[in-house]
Amino acid sequence: MLEPVVEIEQQVTFKQEQLQTLFTVLQKRGYQLVGPTIRDGAITYDELNSTADLPVGWTDEQEAGYYRLARRKDAAYFGYVVGPHSWKKFLYPPVLSLWKANLQKGEVIVAPQAAQAPKYALIGVRSCELHAIAIQDKIFLQGEYTDPVYKARRENAFIVAVNCVTTGGTCFCVSMKTGPKATSGFDLALTEVIDGKRHYFVAESGSKQGAEVLAELTKQQVTAEEQQAAKDLMEKAAKKMGRQLDTTGIYELLYRNVECARWEDIAGRCLTCTNCTMVCPTCFCMTVLDTTDLTGQNAERKRHWDSCFTLDFSYIHGGSIRNSPKSRYRQWMTHKLAAWQDQFGTSGCVGCGRCITWCPVGIDITEEARAIRAGDKSDKATKAI
Amino acid sequence: MEHVFDSKAAPGRRAVLSPMVPEIFRVEKYRKETLDTYTLELKPASGTGEHRFGAGQFNMLYKFGVGEAAISISGDPTSPNPLIHTIRAVGTATKAMAKLKVGDTIGVRGPFGSCWPVEAAKGNDVLIIAGGIGLAPLRPVIYQVLAERRKYGKVFLLYGTRTPEDMLYRAELEKWRARFDMEVHVTVDRASSEWHGNVGVVTTLLKKLVLDPDNTVAMICGPEIMMRFVAMDLIKKEMTLDRIYVSMERNMKCGIGLCGHCQYGPTFICKDGPVYTYDQVIELLARREI
Repeated sequence: MLEPVVEIEQQVTFKQEQLQTLFTVLQKRGYQLVGPTIRDGAITYDELNSTADLPVGWTDEQEAGYYRLARRKDAAYFGYVVGPHSWKKFLYPPVLSLWKANLQKGEVIVAPQAAQAPKYALIGVRSCELHAIAIQDKIFLQGEYTDPVYKARRENAFIVAVNCVTTGGTCFCVSMKTGPKATSGFDLALTEVIDGKRHYFVAESGSKQGAEVLAELTKQQVTAEEQQAAKDLMEKAAKKMGRQLDTTGIYELLYRNVECARWEDIAGRCLTCTNCTMVCPTCFCMTVLDTTDLTGQNAERKRHWDSCFTLDFSYIHGGSIRNSPKSRYRQWMTHKLAAWQDQFGTSGCVGCGRCITWCPVGIDITEEARAIRAGDKSDKATKAI
Repeated sequence: MEHVFDSKAAPGRRAVLSPMVPEIFRVEKYRKETLDTYTLELKPASGTGEHRFGAGQFNMLYKFGVGEAAISISGDPTSPNPLIHTIRAVGTATKAMAKLKVGDTIGVRGPFGSCWPVEAAKGNDVLIIAGGIGLAPLRPVIYQVLAERRKYGKVFLLYGTRTPEDMLYRAELEKWRARFDMEVHVTVDRASSEWHGNVGVVTTLLKKLVLDPDNTVAMICGPEIMMRFVAMDLIKKEMTLDRIYVSMERNMKCGIGLCGHCQYGPTFICKDGPVYTYDQVIELLARREI
């Protein structure tokens, strides 16, 4: 029997066993698979060899400052939400050597480090994460200067998105208009459906490459029932968001509330531990570290992820500009929800909820935004009274 | 607000090919300016390449094995070679650079950032106000204006330092002060009886000055508190915010708007600044810890 030709955006279904075929097809095309796998009691993103590495039958329970793995009743491959990692660790490596230099007869010779570009297939990218990648594209590829390392990794990447049919306690993609369905920025998008004894994926290609890969799988034309089943699951997920963030006028709200009592209140809880910035899929700040070996002849500069929550971040001679935790939280949240729009024409938040889950004291950006709004003394608010 | 003068039209801005990799320069001259400040004259170690810059721009200077610092360019934009930097030894990198000798090498990345509106200010009076090391990023303005002196109206330089010993470019200040086409006033915060000049903050010099507010461009560089008070006085003298320019400073790691360290409100100082029109910063300057 002839397999149907797959067009871009055309939907097909394949049985769950075919997921391994998909992995093999991608591996044969030279991709290193990276995706969800259980490590240290959490679903992290790491290299995958086969579908056996996926967190089959596991889910995650998330609340502010709370994350636990739990068993599912079924054998879903993607029955969890998002963990502490994001894809930026592959596209924007946490530590990167920029150049090495050495002294030769007293002369400094600088050797730029060649941009390594592994070919990653990102397996299981959620809609909020696609939006996060699109935001980082704006930062690293569409500005005055581009980041060649990000560019090379990004261009090489094959993205297998997975639509969310499960929602986490800290998710708010619906508020940020970033999910739960993947709408663009993927090569393949899958919806995992477990319906009684049937376990299958509804698949859609978003690129020529995606269509080519899909063509190599054993698949069927999608039926109206299957399409409806996938749609119902996503709609159900959309209704179960653990959090909500009212984004109405949030840009003006934050700029208007540079000085507000809530910042002090947050500072009383914030440990300035930097967790929120490390787990955030859009946070992009970095620092450079210069090192020299013991001979003093060889030096190296490395780029590391950095966080606006450290004192070093704003240090200039004489001290740190943002000395108080209050000013550092204000910087982060105002940047994320307001200044980001000035800088990159988009919000810096995709509603993935990681900063809420991984905050050791459970500070919740949605709750803080609500509190700032409640205390807002704008002209408009005053007039309403 | 419409900006009369565009501070972003910076020459050489996009010419940076590998912006994160330093180019090696050699120290041609080393001059001690004050107790903690020194000037380096640099030429590319390769012997080639022109390093055009706009007045107000900065470079990231790298001392081998120590580290990097953002330093404004202090030379003449109309004659950019050698590359000149005046540096105050305040941190690890700048203290290590203070020990450089003629013939030693230094890494340079740049130039980065926005420029003072020197071209756009033609036909206007130019008011330059500097505090301390703030004169270093303004010296290129003075050179550029004096190179085409006929094209500008009156030229004022008001300069405040802590003590007479902290005064930068003293020989040049005396030369500029001797000119009939430039008005130079200097004041110090404190001095011994050997000083017969002005004592007081730089705003005291402003009080005596008669300005034509609609026909003047002010360029200010110094500590934030000084820039704020100077700008307040200029506003009292009926200057509009778009005619007042300041230069800002923050921690910088990349110089190209990607490291996030120099964020100042909605902007990045390394690419949107360091030179801003006052309306861009007036609200931010009034806040602490921005």
